[in-house]
Amino acid sequence: MGRGTKRALLLGAVPFLTLVLALPFVNRVEPMVFGLPFVLFWILLWVALTPVSLFFAYKIEKKYNPPEPDIEPGPAPDSDKPGEAPR
Amino acid sequence: MNAALLIIFGTVLAAGGLGVLAGRRVKMDLENWTVGGRRFGVVLLWLLMAGEAYTTFTFLGASGWAYAKGAPVYYILIYGTLAYTVSFFILPPIWRIGKRLRLQTQPDFFAAVYGSRGLGILVAAVGVLSILPYLQLQLAGLGFVVETASGGAIAARTAIVLGFLLTCAFVTTSGIRGSAWVSVLKDAMMIAAVGIAGFGVPAARFGGIGKMFKAVLARAPGHLVLPGAVPAMDVPWVMTTVLVTGLGFYMWPHIFASAFTARSEKIIRRNAIVMPLYQLPIVLVIFVGFTAFLVLPGLKNPDTSFLALVRETYPPWFLGFIGAAGAVTAMVPASILLLFASTLLVKNIYKAGFNPAASEERVMRLSRRMVVLVAAVALGLALCLPNALVNLLLIGYDGVSQLFPGVVLGLFWKRATKMGVACGLAAGLAVAAVLVFGRLDPVLGLNAGFVALAANAALAVAVSLLARSRPTPAGNPQGGFS
Repeated sequence: MGRGTKRALLLGAVPFLTLVLALPFVNRVEPMVFGLPFVLFWILLWVALTPVSLFFAYKIEKKYNPPEPDIEPGPAPDSDKPGEAPR
Repeated sequence: MNAALLIIFGTVLAAGGLGVLAGRRVKMDLENWTVGGRRFGVVLLWLLMAGEAYTTFTFLGASGWAYAKGAPVYYILIYGTLAYTVSFFILPPIWRIGKRLRLQTQPDFFAAVYGSRGLGILVAAVGVLSILPYLQLQLAGLGFVVETASGGAIAARTAIVLGFLLTCAFVTTSGIRGSAWVSVLKDAMMIAAVGIAGFGVPAARFGGIGKMFKAVLARAPGHLVLPGAVPAMDVPWVMTTVLVTGLGFYMWPHIFASAFTARSEKIIRRNAIVMPLYQLPIVLVIFVGFTAFLVLPGLKNPDTSFLALVRETYPPWFLGFIGAAGAVTAMVPASILLLFASTLLVKNIYKAGFNPAASEERVMRLSRRMVVLVAAVALGLALCLPNALVNLLLIGYDGVSQLFPGVVLGLFWKRATKMGVACGLAAGLAVAAVLVFGRLDPVLGLNAGFVALAANAALAVAVSLLARSRPTPAGNPQGGFS
């Protein structure tokens, strides 16, 4: 597993840490934030921040594991016209 | 009331028309029908995935849970976010294998990666059994929403039959492209309906969301933190439930296959980044459920809380709008479920198991006919035996999530074998069935599906380690994560 992949996976772990593992510690009403019970505020906050973390994972993936430029599709399995490329 | 009827009928007909038009200029072969010719860009892929994620029961169920159970409803916000995060990592390699080997369905993937037609058939059977009750649920939801929103003027049966005929029409003509296009209408109406009701209802009743929450606290201090009103749904239950549903989400055959529709893996990743934001509007539905908890105590069916409260707060035409949104919101997922139930039955069970020589044209023709047959069965069940599949529904998520180890091991672990994955899958399904049907769920406060998933993964790894390395035609996907 390359270094880039590890870093991307760490960023991908963020919602699992904040929204699953942290749950026992944030299951409270007080302090209320923006009128919301704290636990609901916490969940919404990290739902909204997950895209940020995934965005950085995307940047890292792009740098270390650039997508293969072009994948040749296989031949159509049952047709008599082999290699009919998906358009 | 006439305005409400007009809005409902107009919307449902427009949805059907839009769906049929979507496939008008595309030559419909199996590749176009099931995976949109692998040409979907960011917008269509987003619409498709959003169309799958938000069902009628997202909004009836979320307000119903907030109403009856309280804080456990928060799990809905969490699991989707986890699912999209997982998709960021597993969908691109799935897409790469799919493109290289022209895969169109989830059983195709299992059969190719593990070089086993039998495993493909097993996965297809699990998929169809999970989809059918879910399809029937969409139908029931459609009938229920329209009947309630029209104040009984349109009977549930009428709505179900009409909605389903139109859905069948656009699935058979346009395939997956039709579903994605109808999703445009569906999402616009859903967001408008949820946005207006979510902010409007608490404001009209309590002068704002903060004041509404204060009132809930005064009435029932425990309702807003876990375990809410259900002692069994405490923190460990939520933690394990979001894991099972978050990992299981993309294991639904119709959602898994949406990966294949993308034009490139970049589009899949971008989509995974923005999708969690689409979870946020669900909190508005939860606000309505909490408001109903205060204003309308003692509802017999908590799932009616959203519609009941809207009826008390807004003029009838807006209720009609909600009903129309609810109907289209059932039609889109129903169309995708129909499409994949039929393709799985024909391509991955009939062809793979009984007639390997069937040509692609024949599979396509039969799949289209199968849509009508599956729809007729679901319709018959929804109208005549609404409770026949309740047990399957109970185990739906626990069942499909058992496919997760097979997918992930197949992608990232060279030593995974078909025997290991098949044993794990069988054990996972058995454990889930015993726990759920034996009324033992939750087990020691944990979600039964989670317990089954742990047994499944452990067995899959152990059996694979005992066997020799897997002889596969597809092998590990190249690049990334291996």
